Amino acid sequence: MNEEYRYDYKTVEGYILSAIVWAVVGLVVGLLISVQIFAPSLNFAPWASFGRLRTVHTNILGFGLGIGAVFGLSFYIVMRLTRRPLLFPKLARLQLWLFNVGIFLALVTLAMGYTQSLEYAEMEWPLDIAIVILWVMFAVNVIGTILARREEQMYISLWYIIATVVAIAVLYIVNNLAIPVGPLKSYHLFAGVNSANVEWWYGHNVVGFLFTTPILAMFYYFFPKSTGLPIYSHRLSIVAFWSLVFGYLWTGAHHLVYSPLPDWIQTLGIVFTLFLIAPSWGSVVNGYATIGEDWGKMKTNYLAKFFILGITFYGLQTVQGPTQGLRVVSQLIHFTDWVPGHVHMGTMGWVALTVTASVYYVIPKMYGTEIYSVKLANVHFWLVLVGQLIFSATGWITGIQQGAMWKALTPEGTLKYTFMETLVKNYPYWHLRSLGGAIFIVGMVVFVLNVLLTIQKGRALEAGKFTAPAAA
Amino acid sequence: MAGKIYSRPILFTLMVTAAVLAGSIVMMAYPMLRPDMHPKLEKLRPFTPLQLAGRDIYQREGCVNCHTQTVRPLRTEVMRYGDYSKAGEFFYDRPFLWGSKRTGPDLAREGGKRPDSWHAAHFENAQAIVPRSNMPPYGWLKKEKLDPVSVKAHMDGLGMPYTPQQIAELASKTEMDALIAYVQQLGHAVEKPRSAGGLDLAAVNPFSSSPQAIAAGAAIYIANCAVCHGNEAHGGIGPSFVDKKFLGEPGYGTDGEYFAIISAGSDAKKAIGRPGLPDGGMEAFGTQIPPDGIWRLVSFIRAQQHHEATEPAGVEKREHETGGKH
Ligand code: HEC
Ligand code: HEC
Ligand code: HEM
Repeated sequence: MNEEYRYDYKTVEGYILSAIVWAVVGLVVGLLISVQIFAPSLNFAPWASFGRLRTVHTNILGFGLGIGAVFGLSFYIVMRLTRRPLLFPKLARLQLWLFNVGIFLALVTLAMGYTQSLEYAEMEWPLDIAIVILWVMFAVNVIGTILARREEQMYISLWYIIATVVAIAVLYIVNNLAIPVGPLKSYHLFAGVNSANVEWWYGHNVVGFLFTTPILAMFYYFFPKSTGLPIYSHRLSIVAFWSLVFGYLWTGAHHLVYSPLPDWIQTLGIVFTLFLIAPSWGSVVNGYATIGEDWGKMKTNYLAKFFILGITFYGLQTVQGPTQGLRVVSQLIHFTDWVPGHVHMGTMGWVALTVTASVYYVIPKMYGTEIYSVKLANVHFWLVLVGQLIFSATGWITGIQQGAMWKALTPEGTLKYTFMETLVKNYPYWHLRSLGGAIFIVGMVVFVLNVLLTIQKGRALEAGKFTAPAAA
Repeated sequence: MAGKIYSRPILFTLMVTAAVLAGSIVMMAYPMLRPDMHPKLEKLRPFTPLQLAGRDIYQREGCVNCHTQTVRPLRTEVMRYGDYSKAGEFFYDRPFLWGSKRTGPDLAREGGKRPDSWHAAHFENAQAIVPRSNMPPYGWLKKEKLDPVSVKAHMDGLGMPYTPQQIAELASKTEMDALIAYVQQLGHAVEKPRSAGGLDLAAVNPFSSSPQAIAAGAAIYIANCAVCHGNEAHGGIGPSFVDKKFLGEPGYGTDGEYFAIISAGSDAKKAIGRPGLPDGGMEAFGTQIPPDGIWRLVSFIRAQQHHEATEPAGVEKREHETGGKH
């Protein structure tokens, strides 16, 4: 490792390894709940029942894997693009430890049932405070390092990282305002319809600014880096960036279509939701035009296909999203398994492909070596791709089916199906979905092995450099 | 030119902040100042300590991950669950618990739909009542006592009114009692649209005792009613049809009265003029089963009553205790 960056690179590595650990935990819990939903006897203890573990699954993956990877890879990108080490290396290391303690406590308290019942903001108030502290540490280091940069221009990825820092801070603090009534119990400061509106303003945008903007930062940096192809259009990325950052915050109400929320908020939310297609596709088009400079890279460069498939799923996701917001479509698919189908194309497709490809790039780079095995990386790619497609497709099909059955009428004008008749039709698809999830997890295990073996290789190389070359 | 901002991080960060705040202010902050975000229905009551304790358990167990609490204003949804949700029903809900996934049915109109005993049995073991349900078991809630001190602190935090006696009573209650109390008040602020009005209590069953109608009625009965009234209509959670009583008083009802109680549920009792069980619990099937189907059910009930009257005493009585456990 480069001496100037050695300490910071170890920190980055720490985040990546932590994210990997939390990924494994979260994925295993995900597989468990996917089975519990058709085999209720597996709800073997209060802490292991579906209602609690679903929250554990989303939080550990969103915050453990998601934020862990975002912290580590953002630090790496910031250092590369500012051409200097972090401004506060010790702070970043402290943040790493605090992060892991925080996620561990989240795991324990959520399994014990301490929850605010706000989607993606379930952690109770003491943990919220810890997260805000973590975020401030992150912000200070990112902004500080950028201010002290050795490169005049800020590249696109830095824009997206700054947007992430700002937006998450605003969103997280507002939605977690609560009335504490016990050491691990609080009530939302907002009530009823207002509570719903604040929560989904948060809920949609936390997805946007945790699973979209920092991932785009990775895409814009690592994709050109690993393929050697420059981003096709700088101007397009400027337009896409500003319209995304401006437009996103208006759209949360599309989660509340046909709810008691005042109509004007729903309608305005839907209008902006449609608009959001434009900036999202700005990045998609940019990605495609970039690989268009040399399609051969898809074959010769093992990472190109990760990024291109990743941005493809982002593109599909951002067509689905606005479509889902339309009232006629929402009627049919809202509350059904369609939604997890949609979500997981984003998380397992777009996010996971982009993050794992970035890790494949970063780890060998930091050690000045090559990936342990390109073949394993290819195996990983195909497994997660197939797993995710099974997972999403089964969700879409059974979701539409259930939505249609809920609405079906007999010729006499009465409901055609009881609720249970619509539920049991999900079972075959839920079985298949678990299979898809299992295939995905096997793919991720291959990824983890590949990364660990690369690190082992890198460390051996390092040991060889710093000690006498006596190792047998 | 505009290109400069990409080399001026502070300015850039401020511009991003402004962009983020624009939508947030219009869509999230400004609505808070408007009265249409804080409406309250006249009949809406704050939670009692027992109900709030139940709500806490509902949150703790993540019921919201499988159940929604908002009925959309769509025709079939109103038919399935009841009147659509009104903004003014949620004044006391911190946080809102509308949910985003309907793995199980919506619960916004659950209050009063079924008797407490049904809920107790269902929470204990959902599959015993609805065989292919995937709802987890919650029987252990029966063993957990409530903690009056923390419930009081929660009531205080929310500024909800209560009497010392209500708090004292919690000591003898379990978490199961609390959860049922919470579920039973869901939707209390909205008048139930279904009523016995318009039902003709003197109507005569067009199918009478036609054997085809009885067979068809039996099939509908097994699918919808047996869980509560028992496979042989000897009763369980709901009353027996063959005990020579109808809604708590001696003597069977007329065809029209049977039609009314099945179609409109316990709400029909007022029109019929019989007391029934004090906490009701008969669901209104009028939107789910077409009138022809309800008449066939009446044919089936009559056939059972006839059958029972001619059956020698002491046969087939085992069914009694277990109700619909099949
Ligand atoms: C895994 C998803 C799941 C979880 C978690 C869950 N339920 Fe259910 N629930 C269902 C399903 C499916 C049904 C419909 C079948 C049945 O009645 O069991 C149901 C039915 C119900 C009903 C009857 C509704 C009706 O009108 O038919 C009530 C009441 C209920 N659940 C309450 C709860 C409560 C309270 C909790 C939390 C302690 C809970 N459920 C947790 C899936 C779930
Ligand atoms: C959730 C349990 C439940 C289900 C399911 C149910 N019932 Fe009931 N039923 C009850 C209860 C409880 C009462 C008593 C109501 C009261 O007194 O207000 C009742 C009362 C009745 C009565 C009056 C009986 C008497 O002699 O007093 C009839 C008739 C009846 N139900 C028919 C049906 C039919 C037909 C179905 C199926 C379409 C059905 N019930 C489904 C719980 C249920
Ligand atoms: C412009 C882009 C997007 C738009 C407009 C959009 C829109 C939507 C809409 C309308 C829903 C609600 C569906 C319903 O239940 O009716 C939804 C759900 C969801 N989306 Fe997206 N989506 C977009 C991109 C993404 C991406 C990239 C991800 C993640 C990687 C994502 C993750 C989610 C999640 C987590 C939910 C589930 C929320 C819940 O639990 O109900 N979305 N999205």
